Amino acid sequence: MTQRLFLPVIAVAMLLFAGAPVLIAWAPYESTMGLVQKIFYFHVPSWVMMFLSAFVCGVGSAIYLFKGRAAADRVAVAAAELAVVFGLIGLVTGPLWARKAWGVWWQWDARLTMALVLWMIFVAYLLLREYGGPGSEKLAAGVALFGMANVPFVYWSVNVWRTIHPTTNVVPTLVPGMRGALWWSLVAFLLLFTAAMMARVRLEGQRAALDQVYRDLDD
Amino acid sequence: MHMRRLMLILTLAIVATCVVASGGDVQAAASSAAQPAQQDEFVPIDELPPGDRLPAAPLLVAAYAFAWLAVFGYLWSIWRRLAKVEQELADVARRAAER
Repeated sequence: MTQRLFLPVIAVAMLLFAGAPVLIAWAPYESTMGLVQKIFYFHVPSWVMMFLSAFVCGVGSAIYLFKGRAAADRVAVAAAELAVVFGLIGLVTGPLWARKAWGVWWQWDARLTMALVLWMIFVAYLLLREYGGPGSEKLAAGVALFGMANVPFVYWSVNVWRTIHPTTNVVPTLVPGMRGALWWSLVAFLLLFTAAMMARVRLEGQRAALDQVYRDLDD
Repeated sequence: MHMRRLMLILTLAIVATCVVASGGDVQAAASSAAQPAQQDEFVPIDELPPGDRLPAAPLLVAAYAFAWLAVFGYLWSIWRRLAKVEQELADVARRAAER
């Protein structure tokens, strides 16, 4: 089922990705930032997918911790890797925008610092899985719960603390030309997330099957 | 092996971010402390030093190029890892059947 769905999902995602630059080029220029504001159409969806990945990883880890289901752990480790990839896109595209809009690559304000910490939590999760040795799955699952809990703080930080990052109120007030381009990119990123999750969970499933075959051979 | 390489790249990315960030903070502090000077001449943008011109297009292209590279690089890495594991699984299953 998942294997049959993978090809259509990745094909539509690639089509949307290919079409995104056209819609983004048509979108109106923002009055103060001009051309560089168009980074927004990939920057925001990458963070939305990072938050979604963090949420999936947290839920998968909670199920693994409290119910002991190995399948949930496989979903969690796949989502953690996606959180790191999408977070990295957000952390690179943000400073490229900031350099022109704010005159600096980075500012240690609440939003940017918390976003970096959130990303580092999921890097820590993967490092723990890789080098933690036996039993590290459960420790990593605990780390993922903290990562998931951090997401709402990162999201609302721009509205609660003083920061130079635009607030979350920007998105609902977008004009139709800007909104269309953002939604197009969001759907492209969401389909990409879905396709990557399918493939990555399959990889974990195959690894588990390989371990089982080796265990059977040893017996 | 592949995972280790990924971890090395991520570690380098964190270090690079911190280095760039600390430089940016100092620059921000300096610029906020200084009052903008009163303008007594207009300077064409192409006469500015290259560092002060900062056109938006290269930043925009860099952002989109990085996003595309990261996405396709990651999908390629999954495909490679999956192919390797499936190959190993097939080999081990064949050996088990032969025993």
